[in-house]
Amino acid sequence: MAERPAEPGGIDIRRLYKIFGENARACLELVERGMSKAELMARHRHVLGLKDVNIHMKPGRIQVIMGLSGSGKSTLIRHINRLIDPTAGEVWVDGVDVVRMGQSELRQFRRRHTAMVFQKFALLPHRTVLDNAVFGLEIKGLARAAQVESAMRWLARVGLDGFEDRYPNQLSGGMQQRVGLARALANDAPIMLMDEAFSALDPLIRVDMQSVLLDLQKEIRKTIVFITHDLDEALRLGDAIAILRDGEVIQQGTSQDIVLRPADDYVASFVREVNRGRVVKVGAIMGPAPEGAEPPKLAIAAHAVLEDAALLLAGADQTALAVVDGAGRRVGQVDLRRILSAMVTPVAGAGGERREPSAALVDFAPSAGTATPG
Amino acid sequence: MDWLITFPHLSDDLLTAWKKAVDGGFLAFTRAYGDAIEHFFDPLQYFLIHSERTLLGAPWPIVVLVFAAIAWFAGRSWVVVAGTVATLVAIGLFGMWDNTMKTISMIVVCTVLSIVLGIPIGIAMSRSDRLQKAVNPILDVMQTLPSFVYLIPVVMLLGIGKVPGLIAVVIYAIPPMIRLTDLGIRLVDRDVLEAADAFGSSGWQKLVKVQIPLALPTMMAGVNQTIMMALAMVVIASMIGVEGLGQPVLMAISNQYFTLGVMNGLAIVGIAIIFDRVSQAYGRRLQKHRSVVHG
Repeated sequence: MAERPAEPGGIDIRRLYKIFGENARACLELVERGMSKAELMARHRHVLGLKDVNIHMKPGRIQVIMGLSGSGKSTLIRHINRLIDPTAGEVWVDGVDVVRMGQSELRQFRRRHTAMVFQKFALLPHRTVLDNAVFGLEIKGLARAAQVESAMRWLARVGLDGFEDRYPNQLSGGMQQRVGLARALANDAPIMLMDEAFSALDPLIRVDMQSVLLDLQKEIRKTIVFITHDLDEALRLGDAIAILRDGEVIQQGTSQDIVLRPADDYVASFVREVNRGRVVKVGAIMGPAPEGAEPPKLAIAAHAVLEDAALLLAGADQTALAVVDGAGRRVGQVDLRRILSAMVTPVAGAGGERREPSAALVDFAPSAGTATPG
Repeated sequence: MDWLITFPHLSDDLLTAWKKAVDGGFLAFTRAYGDAIEHFFDPLQYFLIHSERTLLGAPWPIVVLVFAAIAWFAGRSWVVVAGTVATLVAIGLFGMWDNTMKTISMIVVCTVLSIVLGIPIGIAMSRSDRLQKAVNPILDVMQTLPSFVYLIPVVMLLGIGKVPGLIAVVIYAIPPMIRLTDLGIRLVDRDVLEAADAFGSSGWQKLVKVQIPLALPTMMAGVNQTIMMALAMVVIASMIGVEGLGQPVLMAISNQYFTLGVMNGLAIVGIAIIFDRVSQAYGRRLQKHRSVVHG
């Protein structure tokens, strides 16, 4: 198999299959020929974990893998540091196939290239916060002084100043996960694997931790693989999102792709509940600036969300906005109608029922002569 | 109908011949290898004699002080320390000091030996289900077989004295150490083990940094049980020449000296309570990090 040119921190998952059961190899062929998860279970008592997963994760970005429980997302993330061995397939990191590493090579890879954050924190209860944070460095065999220096810096960075000597169960869930985060960050690995890292936290704390992570990412620029079952979290964090169902990737793309162009009914049914005004970006729905017409008086950045655009228009006596890119160049235009139609969920997808606006309509005949603001 | 009432058994001649053959074989084995086996246990003999000499040779106030200090460092509780001192003083006043020191020395050596042997066996068992299945029935036999039965071959091999007594006590007292080490390590949270793996721990790092520390409270319960069982064997071990509090009890049984029996029996109870409270207090202190739970 030809090696892809090394791309530091990038992860390339190719044709990855995982079947759980004693006779996984034999079942692989059946799955490759198209046997479904349910059929494999019914006929052969083997569980299909992952089926032909191909994902290219760019370095320095947050790749979200989203799916409901049983979709195989936690199985998938464990293939990146090979806590689970695949039935078939390749996982390339920095020009090396993790699947073919020997035991000691794998240990070195885990020590230097990856760090992991867990859903249930997985802290060592008999160690203090500081001694938990140094764990990865201790395993690497760093000098104690260097361990402590790095751990203290990251503990402070995640807001745990002064908690070094506490034990994990003296802390709240949110604070425990900060320890988990500091432990992973102190490891200074180019890849961070986050397995439902915030799913066990209260909603408010979860949003808080998402902000902490986004804020950190601006400076650390690591390749973060983030597993979640929460679409809002996926849309908020993900530079790229892959949606998994029954072990198969059913859609990959940016948050805009997922929300505006769901690949099938399954994705569409997720997306329906999303607050599009806060997710969809102006740049994703803008039209071309009309030739010759006078440009709108107000402008908005392409990465602003629809709600911002709507707010801007609502406050001004205008119906259209110029869209500008990072350099301030005019790249397009949006008007009220475009914004409105993008903010409401259009239709429920091909198989679903069409959402008719009729219920909300009442007979209303505007009497002639009523002035409509133009 | 006689054959229905009397269970048909192998012929008496056959059984006698079989018993004779086994006994004869074992006797021959004893004669051939008895000395070699005895020498094999010489280090234990040395260990036993020295610990006894140390305890008996030291001035009694120092011994009391050392015990008080151990109690304090293990449990950090004045109640435990006061109880320890009071028990030792009472034992001394009633003239049982020397026998008590001999028994304590024996118990300490037995416990150390049980820990040193039991922990590695327990760890090995926790790593292999097959080994666990193989060892468990052996432990069951060790705990249920009447001690007199395995005293016979031990005495045949090694004669009577301290070392055979020690072996008998360790056979009886080591199973809880092995079982609770195995259990403690098996109960370690899988999530935490996965985290250790994810950070690239080697098997040894995982054992030393994660499994043993987290299993330690359970293992301490094993130590506690081992001490208690070793003390329970003191009287039986005295039958094969182990000196200490067991011998006066044995004498009291055969001569019907009620008071002698009760006093020495109570002395055994006294040191059992000291060892129990001190080791439990230490076990609790190991779990300090579990006590304060976030609300």
